[in-house]
Amino acid sequence: MELLGLYHYWVFAILLMIGFYAVIAKRNLVKKLIGLSLFQAAVFLLYITMGKVDDGTAPIFPEAGAVIFSNPLPQVLILTAIVVGISTTALGLGIVVRIKEEYGSIEEHEIQEIDKR
Amino acid sequence: MIVIFGIFLLTLLVITAIAIVRTDNLFVAVMLMGIASLLIAANFFLLDAADVALTEAAVGAGISTVLFLGALALTSERERAKSSNRLLSFAVVAAAALIIIYATFDKPRFGDPEAPVQTHVAPWYLEKTPEYIDIPNVVTAVLGSFRGYDTLGEVFVVFTAGIGVLFLLGGGAAAGSLPQEKINEGLRHHLIPRVVGRVLIPFILLFGLYVQFHGEYGPGGGFQAGAIIAASVILFALLEGEQRALSVLPERALLGLIAFGPLLYGGVGIAGIVLGGNFLDYSVLSSDPVKGQQLGILLIEAGVGISVTGVLLAIFHAFAARGR
Amino acid sequence: MEALIDTLSWVLLTLGGLSVLIGGIGALRMPDLYTRMHAASVTDSMGAILVLAGIMLQAGWSLATIKLIAILLFLLLTSPTSSYALASAALLAGKRPLAEIPQDQEESK
Repeated sequence: MELLGLYHYWVFAILLMIGFYAVIAKRNLVKKLIGLSLFQAAVFLLYITMGKVDDGTAPIFPEAGAVIFSNPLPQVLILTAIVVGISTTALGLGIVVRIKEEYGSIEEHEIQEIDKR
Repeated sequence: MIVIFGIFLLTLLVITAIAIVRTDNLFVAVMLMGIASLLIAANFFLLDAADVALTEAAVGAGISTVLFLGALALTSERERAKSSNRLLSFAVVAAAALIIIYATFDKPRFGDPEAPVQTHVAPWYLEKTPEYIDIPNVVTAVLGSFRGYDTLGEVFVVFTAGIGVLFLLGGGAAAGSLPQEKINEGLRHHLIPRVVGRVLIPFILLFGLYVQFHGEYGPGGGFQAGAIIAASVILFALLEGEQRALSVLPERALLGLIAFGPLLYGGVGIAGIVLGGNFLDYSVLSSDPVKGQQLGILLIEAGVGISVTGVLLAIFHAFAARGR
Repeated sequence: MEALIDTLSWVLLTLGGLSVLIGGIGALRMPDLYTRMHAASVTDSMGAILVLAGIMLQAGWSLATIKLIAILLFLLLTSPTSSYALASAALLAGKRPLAEIPQDQEESK
């Protein structure tokens, strides 16, 4: 059990850094947005992992009987966060489309060249 | 057994993420993002987060892929340049990852019922939900009633994203676009997808409505339902062409939906004030406080669903109508 | 009776897993896009039917079984459609199948 828990946290760290690498090292704007999405997904994984309880189940009251529930509060938070994440990604993609129409390119260094002129 | 499942899914997720970053064809990266979203949704389900898994699958694997593909159709499909400062970035990223991994050894044991996060306020919510609200799904109860103000903020974020994209891209076809007939054709001359789509779309809509109204009894709620209903209309637009989709659900109706969602939510809040309670206090909506809470949650989930449907559809049409 | 149902569902699940594995190996090893799609379709049809049938046996006569039947119907309707859409998109983009006989070879036969 301990290996599984630690493995979840390690995958969170690795996924977080993979997404962050895509944001800082890649030059294509859409690739940066994809990296941002990966970053957000890693954070969601961390929160939900922390909410899990041993032998727990989804926090929905069954017809009868008492059961152990996993923590509902991180799930509420992440539900909101997923929808906010897709909203900002959609807005970001809108801006990228407009940049492409105005500058003719979505590579960061080419846009900076055109700006200098 | 679950241990093997969990480790397998997480390893596959890391491999997919590395492939996403390393490929230079953006279409491939977007498809792999869809796969990564589904793997994360499966993982959420293993971690007992049923609502979150449904949302991640519907929004992440469904709507997000469509939006990215719509944007890629308007920009380029290949990443042209090599990355900048690769060694420095990799060093920074590796150092940060090692620091975080070092910190994970101090975390409470995975699944520990005595961990601080489990003993702080969660037992209060689990105890009081049957008493104050009496619906089986605790996540919907907390989202809709106990933390309803946060959800109002989220509906406004979705609204803002919708009007933001409409400001940026809502002007219709840009200069030098394809002739209208080509864009509006859809998959007209392909018989099989059209027939199967026509059979499936009513059932997808029905499932969306089921998820909306059963949010109180099982996993579901406004966000997932909004994404599913938007997906069914997007399927119709892909099969029958943009023009027919706009004649079925015109621009004005979409703008009405975008505005009506937050209006309904805020209206329920103000109705609480008018009837004598606080803002977003549902207990005063009916003579029995518990029934009032349930009515309030039903109304605001409807508001959330309408808002999310309208915004996602408006964003899709904004991308699709831009032309090339 | 219980043991019989358990063994049967074990067999179905294992066969389903094998079908998915075969589909996956085929999708990697086949030479051409169209043959790869054909191999991957084994996953969608045989794999889905066998795995879902195995789970249905475990669920018994309950609401869960009806939901599983609905999922199976949905999968059986949509996977062939998406394979068709993929193949026709590839054809439109200009990818020809490997097994296609060129016109001049046909005439000389």
